[in-house]
Amino acid sequence: MYRIVAREDLAPVTKLFVVEAPEVARKAEPGQFVIVVVGEHGERIPLTIADFDRQAGTVTIIFQEVGKTTRWLGTKKPGEELFAFTGPLGIPSEIENYGTVMCVGGGVGIAPIYPIARALKEAGNWVISVIGARNKDLLFWEERMRSVSDELVVTTDDGSYGRQALVPNAEKEILASGVHVDRIWAIGPAIMMKFAALASQPFGVKTLVSLNTIMVDGTGMCGACRVEVAGKTRFVCVDGPEFDGHEVNWDLLMARQRIYLDEEKRAAALFEDQCPSCRSGSH
Amino acid sequence: MAKEKTPRQEMPRQAPQVRRHNFDEVALGYSLETALAEAGRCLQCKKPSCVAGCPVQVRIPEFIGALRNQDFRAAADLLKDKNNLPAICGRVCPQETQCEAQCILGRKDKPVAIGRLERFVADWERRAGVQMPQMAPATGHRVAVIGAGPAGLTCAADLARFGHAVTLFEALHAPGGVLMYGIPEFRLPKDIVQAEVDYVLKLGVELRLNSVIGKLGSVNELLAGGFEAVFLGTGAGLPMFMDIPGENLIGVLSANEFLTRNNLMKAYRFPDYDTPIKIGRRVAVVGAGNVAMDASRTALRLGAEEVHIVYRRSRDEVPARLEEFENAQEEGVIFDFLTNPVAVLGDEKGYVRGLRLQRQELGEPDASGRRRPVPVQGSEYEMAVDMVIMALGTRPNPMVFSRATGLERTRHGTVVANELTGRTKLERVWAGGDIVTGAATVISAMGAGKRAAADIDAYLRDPGAGPWWVEPKPAE
Repeated sequence: MYRIVAREDLAPVTKLFVVEAPEVARKAEPGQFVIVVVGEHGERIPLTIADFDRQAGTVTIIFQEVGKTTRWLGTKKPGEELFAFTGPLGIPSEIENYGTVMCVGGGVGIAPIYPIARALKEAGNWVISVIGARNKDLLFWEERMRSVSDELVVTTDDGSYGRQALVPNAEKEILASGVHVDRIWAIGPAIMMKFAALASQPFGVKTLVSLNTIMVDGTGMCGACRVEVAGKTRFVCVDGPEFDGHEVNWDLLMARQRIYLDEEKRAAALFEDQCPSCRSGSH
Repeated sequence: MAKEKTPRQEMPRQAPQVRRHNFDEVALGYSLETALAEAGRCLQCKKPSCVAGCPVQVRIPEFIGALRNQDFRAAADLLKDKNNLPAICGRVCPQETQCEAQCILGRKDKPVAIGRLERFVADWERRAGVQMPQMAPATGHRVAVIGAGPAGLTCAADLARFGHAVTLFEALHAPGGVLMYGIPEFRLPKDIVQAEVDYVLKLGVELRLNSVIGKLGSVNELLAGGFEAVFLGTGAGLPMFMDIPGENLIGVLSANEFLTRNNLMKAYRFPDYDTPIKIGRRVAVVGAGNVAMDASRTALRLGAEEVHIVYRRSRDEVPARLEEFENAQEEGVIFDFLTNPVAVLGDEKGYVRGLRLQRQELGEPDASGRRRPVPVQGSEYEMAVDMVIMALGTRPNPMVFSRATGLERTRHGTVVANELTGRTKLERVWAGGDIVTGAATVISAMGAGKRAAADIDAYLRDPGAGPWWVEPKPAE
């Protein structure tokens, strides 16, 4: 079993867990993910690794409460255990000294962008980071991101903090201002990554995105995570999760993310009926 | 006057109209009376050919002899002397092409129902309480077995009985491999798999779940980290697709995904279990192997109104076991032979609305010995379906080879290994089951796990007994 050693509520619906998983921590690299099962009847969900501490033997995950599984996960307290915690899965980010890189994190995507930014900084890159959220309450890890960035732009959609802008727009402004960027990482909701990729396309800057699709096993067995990249079918779990954002078929990706929307709603409603205190943000 | 011959005893099954609506086991097993009647048919041959037909050489006449004497405990012990997982084999082995195909009775009459008797004895033992077998004293040798499916479980159990300390690594959150994620409850109840796994663990095997070798550490690291031998039994888990237009539309799934959701994740009990599954009204399953039969029968049970199996060859080439083919037919699966999809058709929202198919005719035999399907020009037609399940076969998952060096693989992705010993090209690494043969049967994987365990044992006792790799003689 995998014990939760620390918990931090980053926003009303955004939670951080530090999980005891020494084997995973020993091998984890930026860009990889874990498959989490909350309890015995639970489903397998992929969560990107937000941080890891090899010495302490812990892995940090950050998630937003949206469906039943993440809400259930959100009820867990330090000392409690997770049923399964499998990883590190997927191919790590390709970290090297590219020169100037941009790390764009939107919403909960700030979590996985952090270890990538840190590794890029350690590799000697000039790191320009753009992080943003819908509003001030949903923003987290500003200081952490600042500590691994040479420049940091913070935005909110509603202007309640930092600059009022969508992150892809802030990204585009930087590129348009003439700053030479060698490579971009953009992580966040699919729609944000789509626009982050569109923003960089005219400038010809390779833009890596980390796709979060539906998965079952997470090891290449089922193909639930199929996406089209450059016209070819790829499995996010083993060929990714990072792909060239300019080559991803975004409309297909977003349609496939919604396959089980009805079932997700049903499960979430049932969960709230059975556990009124589990309503998002109320604990 | 000649004694009247006892006919081969039928095993009761749930009626097709009943079972197509539930996930309970289809075959119900022999009663004591029928088991004894069937056991009485065995000729107790002095030189039993049935044993030679069994990949693990179960002591067939001996266990049937003990059963005849109603010494069930002795029957179970004799059975388990060679087979660690008899309740599973009694249910899913293709006996008709193995032991039963060799039975002398089969020349003039029907063969002894060896599989059903195996199942009867194994089920008796599970109810009566499983006894520990004889174990060799601890040797102090450490062996890593990767993959807790049929090959890995068998190999681990034998190694433990030989006295070695075995660590069994499993990538998923439950042991059993294809027995858990692939074969449905109605053919192989999961509590039976769990009971057989529990037996293997009782032998002292240490099970590590959620452990993806290749990601958590390579095979070479295991060898360097204190394991004297490594057995690879990771199977063939990668699904194949057809590479035709529309294959990523919503409603197209691999059989692996469909079955894993349903079997391992228990989606048929959603929302009691959290993993959802969608079911179409009209479902097409492409392929006609055992996995296709499992998928089509599962689709019926989930409530599909019409389920078609679409197969490019004819009825004579169906690779599934006859029993499973017949079960599917009885339950109402419709077989569309000599036709093959050329595209999946979608609606404006990206959902499947049909298949475009092309009729086939049979040409000359191909490498598999089966007649090759040849497309009939101008024969394309459409079929309205809202779900398509691809059951086209599987290949080995390359994950276990990540960061590993020295393991030679074929162009099919299988690992090169000596079939008699399981030895790979990398010293101290053995392999067996689907990772070597490509997708095959549970029992052939178990046989390979068993042979490898014997060779690992011999090697650990005397590593210098001979050269590591001996080029296998080419088949004659």
